[in-house]
Amino acid sequence: MSLHVYLMRRLVLMIPLLVGISIVSFTISNAIPADPTAANLGERAAADPDIVAAFRHKWGLDQPLHVQYLTYMRNLLRGDMGTSIRSHRPVVEELRRYLPATIELATAGILVSVIAGVIFGVVSAVWRNKPIDFVVRILSLIGVSAPVFWLALIGLLVLYLRWDVVPGPGRLDARVVPPARVTGLYTVDSLVAGDLGLFRNSIEHLLLPALVLGAYSAGLITRITRSSMLEVLSQDYITTARSKGLREWVVVMRHALRNALMPVVTIIGLSYSSLLSGAVLTETIFAWEGIGRYAYNAARTLDFPAIMGVSMLIALVFVVTNLVVDILYYWLDPRLRHG
Amino acid sequence: MDNLHTVRLRMRQNPLMVVGAIVCLVWIVISMAAGDLAPYHPLEQSVMERLQAPSSDHLFGTDQLGRDVLSRVLYGGRTSLPAGLLVVTSAMLVGTAFGAVAGYMGGMWDELLMRFTEVFMAFPIIILAMAIAAALGPNVTNAVIAMSVVWWPNYARIVRSLVISVKSDAYVESARAIGSSPVRILLITILPNCVAPALVMATLDIGNAILIFAGLSFLGLGPEPSSPEWGRMVSDGIDYFDQWWLSTFPGLAIFTVVMALNFVGDGMRDLLDPRTRKQIG
Repeated sequence: MSLHVYLMRRLVLMIPLLVGISIVSFTISNAIPADPTAANLGERAAADPDIVAAFRHKWGLDQPLHVQYLTYMRNLLRGDMGTSIRSHRPVVEELRRYLPATIELATAGILVSVIAGVIFGVVSAVWRNKPIDFVVRILSLIGVSAPVFWLALIGLLVLYLRWDVVPGPGRLDARVVPPARVTGLYTVDSLVAGDLGLFRNSIEHLLLPALVLGAYSAGLITRITRSSMLEVLSQDYITTARSKGLREWVVVMRHALRNALMPVVTIIGLSYSSLLSGAVLTETIFAWEGIGRYAYNAARTLDFPAIMGVSMLIALVFVVTNLVVDILYYWLDPRLRHG
Repeated sequence: MDNLHTVRLRMRQNPLMVVGAIVCLVWIVISMAAGDLAPYHPLEQSVMERLQAPSSDHLFGTDQLGRDVLSRVLYGGRTSLPAGLLVVTSAMLVGTAFGAVAGYMGGMWDELLMRFTEVFMAFPIIILAMAIAAALGPNVTNAVIAMSVVWWPNYARIVRSLVISVKSDAYVESARAIGSSPVRILLITILPNCVAPALVMATLDIGNAILIFAGLSFLGLGPEPSSPEWGRMVSDGIDYFDQWWLSTFPGLAIFTVVMALNFVGDGMRDLLDPRTRKQIG
């Protein structure tokens, strides 16, 4: 199958998936007993039937569910995700505002975890059952076992309050003015503005949250890389490569790692979307103005248009990441191209 | 499994699994006997003694209401452990039902059920669970329900692929040949052969479920504020940063339980995976 045909097929299959996602998130955010009127009107206003009726009418809550859904989808196709009940601003606008912070954090997190995970995994597999393997395996287990919110608190407690080697919560120091918005990523925007001090400040603020957020995936990637490397290293072609007299380093890096990376790519893809949800906890603790915090606040106030918006957005990211992973597979594995 | 001797031999080769199993057992015993072990009542407040550092009176210190942190940590397992177990069990039941039917029926049913599963897989667990928990109202039951709703798809997937790989085996053919009904074939002939991998996955998963549950409860979407639950207790620590013991000890509790479960899960996978078994000899 050529890549074009394959891609087209995948893209077409995405449509029912996205419709399904919209139905499920719509059902969950609407068909449950909770009442947004109580959560969003004050106690006195909620006791007044006229105000409640006006509120329900204004937000379309007095219409049957399927009508609400169709209206929502019609607007969605025009790029309109409705208005946040809590802030009275368009959801699309808010998502656009908060998304870059989360992308910046999640990307930094995935960088940390891929670099650490692949290096640790390879080292651990090459020196299997040696002390270093044991240490790495314990470290990776710590990574997948420690609650992210706890790591964050301990990190702040030790590295910020005690030793003062990292700055406190937030994306920049309190008195610093953010760079002019180009991408919304402070690291990129500060470079665009040519302000190295600001760039440094944003990197410093990114460091601890990224480490904390990446810890879990780093552990996961280490474990997958290790077992995948072990499997590849026992293959005949590795023995062949060795018996040709190639240096061990070349055998490991060029012959083994490349083939061992396939399952790792899958995990990285899956990790990215799990990082986005891990971001909820990390962002809450680090006062990081991103999608996770936004989702949390939306859930607490039963701001349905906002919850829908976030769910749809993250599900979309998941679907697209999966597609990218499949394309990478196609590119990494010649058998898929010629088979 | 060959015989008791080899099992014991492999256990010796996998000391981490034994350590993990012991730690798990200890936590289970602690949770059950918390009433006898805890030096104080977990809800007993004492304003005079609030925010005291760890001492011989209060080994883990006291919290903002003067409650004994040690006692609360000991009681904490009573919520987290059953919650994790419950989520994984219900997810496994639902997932197995979906996966088994999809894998066995094949064709249109397979396509339909798996597309449905994919929809649920596309949601990040914590965000969907957060929305559900918030909407249903924050308490333990709803947190467990919310998590189960998003937890089952993985089981559906793994069971489906297992059923597909087993259903063309000779013994399934012969069951069909002697005229067993499809339901009987699926329940009696196929499923028992798919249980082991799903169980390993479940063991590895309980730790994960405990982590996410603690996360929800950290966000205030789990047990009510005063209840002694680990995630909730860690979140108490945010407002009292200088009093490190408030969040450190309950966090350590979650960490040790999850780590022990991971040890056990890893060990089980090694024991059941024929590839690693061969290497052990």
